[in-house]
Amino acid sequence: MNKIALIIRREYITRVRKKSFLIMTFLTPFLFALIFIIPALVMTNEDKDSKRIAVIEEGSDLFANVIPDTKDTDFEYLPGVKLNDIKNNFTEKGYYGVLFISPELVSSPDAIQLISRKQPPIGLLDHISGSLEREIEKQKLLAYNIENLDEILRTINTSVRIQTIKMDESGGARETSTGISMALAYIGGFLMYMLVFMFGSMVMRGVIEEKTNRIVEVIVSSVKPVQLMLGKIIGVGLVGLTQFALWIVLTLALVMVVKSSFLPEGAMEQLQQLPQSFAGADQPMAGTSTTTVTPEQLTEFQEIFAGALTQPWGLIIFSFVFFFLTGYLLYASFFAAIGSAVDNETETQQFMLPVTIPIILGLIVAMGTMQNPESSLSFWFSIIPLTSPIVMIARIPFDVPAWEIALSMGLMLITLAGAVWMAAKIYRTGILMYGKKTSWKELWKWLTYKG
Amino acid sequence: MILFEARDVTKRFATQTALDRVSISVPERSIYGLLGPNGAGKTTLIRIINQITAPDSGTIFLNGRPMKPEDVNNIGYLPEERGLYKKMKVGEQALYLAQLKGLSHAEAMRRLKYWFKKLQIIDWWDKKVEELSKGMQQKVQFVTTVLHEPRLLIFDEPFTGFDPINVKQIKDEILFLRERGATIIFSTHNMSSVEELCDNITLINKAQTILEGSVGKIRHDWAGNEYEIVFAGEVTPSANGHFTVLGSTFDNGRSTVRIKALEQSDNNEIIRAMTASGNVLSFNPALPSMNEIFIRVVETKNKEAVKN
Repeated sequence: MNKIALIIRREYITRVRKKSFLIMTFLTPFLFALIFIIPALVMTNEDKDSKRIAVIEEGSDLFANVIPDTKDTDFEYLPGVKLNDIKNNFTEKGYYGVLFISPELVSSPDAIQLISRKQPPIGLLDHISGSLEREIEKQKLLAYNIENLDEILRTINTSVRIQTIKMDESGGARETSTGISMALAYIGGFLMYMLVFMFGSMVMRGVIEEKTNRIVEVIVSSVKPVQLMLGKIIGVGLVGLTQFALWIVLTLALVMVVKSSFLPEGAMEQLQQLPQSFAGADQPMAGTSTTTVTPEQLTEFQEIFAGALTQPWGLIIFSFVFFFLTGYLLYASFFAAIGSAVDNETETQQFMLPVTIPIILGLIVAMGTMQNPESSLSFWFSIIPLTSPIVMIARIPFDVPAWEIALSMGLMLITLAGAVWMAAKIYRTGILMYGKKTSWKELWKWLTYKG
Repeated sequence: MILFEARDVTKRFATQTALDRVSISVPERSIYGLLGPNGAGKTTLIRIINQITAPDSGTIFLNGRPMKPEDVNNIGYLPEERGLYKKMKVGEQALYLAQLKGLSHAEAMRRLKYWFKKLQIIDWWDKKVEELSKGMQQKVQFVTTVLHEPRLLIFDEPFTGFDPINVKQIKDEILFLRERGATIIFSTHNMSSVEELCDNITLINKAQTILEGSVGKIRHDWAGNEYEIVFAGEVTPSANGHFTVLGSTFDNGRSTVRIKALEQSDNNEIIRAMTASGNVLSFNPALPSMNEIFIRVVETKNKEAVKN
């Protein structure tokens, strides 16, 4: 068998057989699934745990019953009750809090207090202020003596949901879903970040192990150092791909199982009529899959699925695979070079920083990219090779011009070739150097060694 | 025939010289000892032979022609520190290293079974390396070093971590390998093993060769004028104008007396004086042990260095 294949096989098999690999592989999907399931659980739980809020007004009844109940909060208007009567014993009476509205609220916006034992949730505050604002607007409008005011108000009460239509160059329009693009961008960018850090540092630890155990001394008499380095990088990369594939499959399976037990019958049927769709569509959906799926929400699902179908999947998958592979190889070579230059893991700090910074920067810009994929910051970071794997992956779901992708990929390949060459040079010298603390100057010398 | 030769090899590191014009020449099917105090440059020389590092100047030859990178396939190297993956199983690991050396799976398996049985470590096949004692790990490493039957074997401190029984076992295996045609270079601090095993040695001190040659010749050269006489019964010869008595021991009805002949004395005179003292069983020049020679040579050199 080819020597490099032997090395890849060893790196792969010893890692995949480890207990920690098995535990990580089977436990992580549960964590992922929990991230989708917990919001649903929390929402259903709130239903049972409903609050009562006492609403009092001293000396007027301008706001009698203007705040509608929500599904987990009841508002009880108590006419004639004074604040001091209830202020100190509302908990005993079974109220979550007391909302005290003074008549001046119409003219001064802070003449209102919510007294409670706990920090009230932001949603509750929004609900109260929203209801009151609408009421005050109505009362102010009333002062203008407009005829049929109630009817006018009812007809102008609208809600807006924007449908995004993007024109492509041939003039055809297609519907897109910003939600899907964001989910893809987020997941892609984050997976890339994890891949680089988890498996890059796995490569580094492997190199340090071989160096400190003097295994290299035995092995470099059989194979070239470069072969050993590449074998390790590829072997660990395959471990990473295996783990990711298992994670995706297992997480999807889990979410499917849980979703079918959470979604009501009717909703399930309607969902099944929708076209077969892609994994990414499950995430925005799982978050809203509670017992209170409304027809309106179902239309949203339909839009999301429609959006999912119009994504340029061929391009997205190809780019993901390309940037995953090249990004991993690029950073893994850096990590391998670092591992070879030090005697133990604590010494890696000084070299880690310059490698970590581009990754972190990439992640930050990638997050910003989701807000504004066309910004010049996103553009440049998706072209510059050190950050492009993360940022470009986050940008691609938002339709990136072909030339930009091609430029980014081209630069990436050139940089990758350079990085592997550099890493191999440092590795070859560093792996057999002991007892000396390596400096940047030293690394530069190794790079410029001949032969 | 000379299998391996190093000519005027010099290697400098940033602050010090590790090897200063060192030459060795190793005859085929012989055992060559590389001796020297800690930090003398032995391991650097071994690494140069293994082509792990390159010398600054000087050349190394295998079979009379300068060594090429692919010649490492003809070398088996046992490093001083254990070079094994701790978490890997012994058998799997040995198989992996053997395949990296170019053996097929089946051939590697066959040879491994043979060696593991011979060294009584076959029971360890499925154990992880980290569960093994240091000596056991060393045995595993020994097997992986010799498995591909290289022509040149290099052992760096092969006996550390072994109990006397295992030391003997490994010595026997080294002699067996030489019988089968291997040439062996080994570095050690264990001087008794040098006397038992080595045909030739080089003693390196502070990057320079200070002593070299065949073990027998060196010991004779360093014998000086000392002799060892064994008498039947308890006998103490008295010194005369020809010799002084250095010491004597009595054990099992025999006396062993060590004397030093004075300069320009006649050996026959000494023998005559001995036969007059009692019943002489043997009369031999007292060969110094390699240990004594080592200490004397290195200390003399170091004193000279201090004077200069």
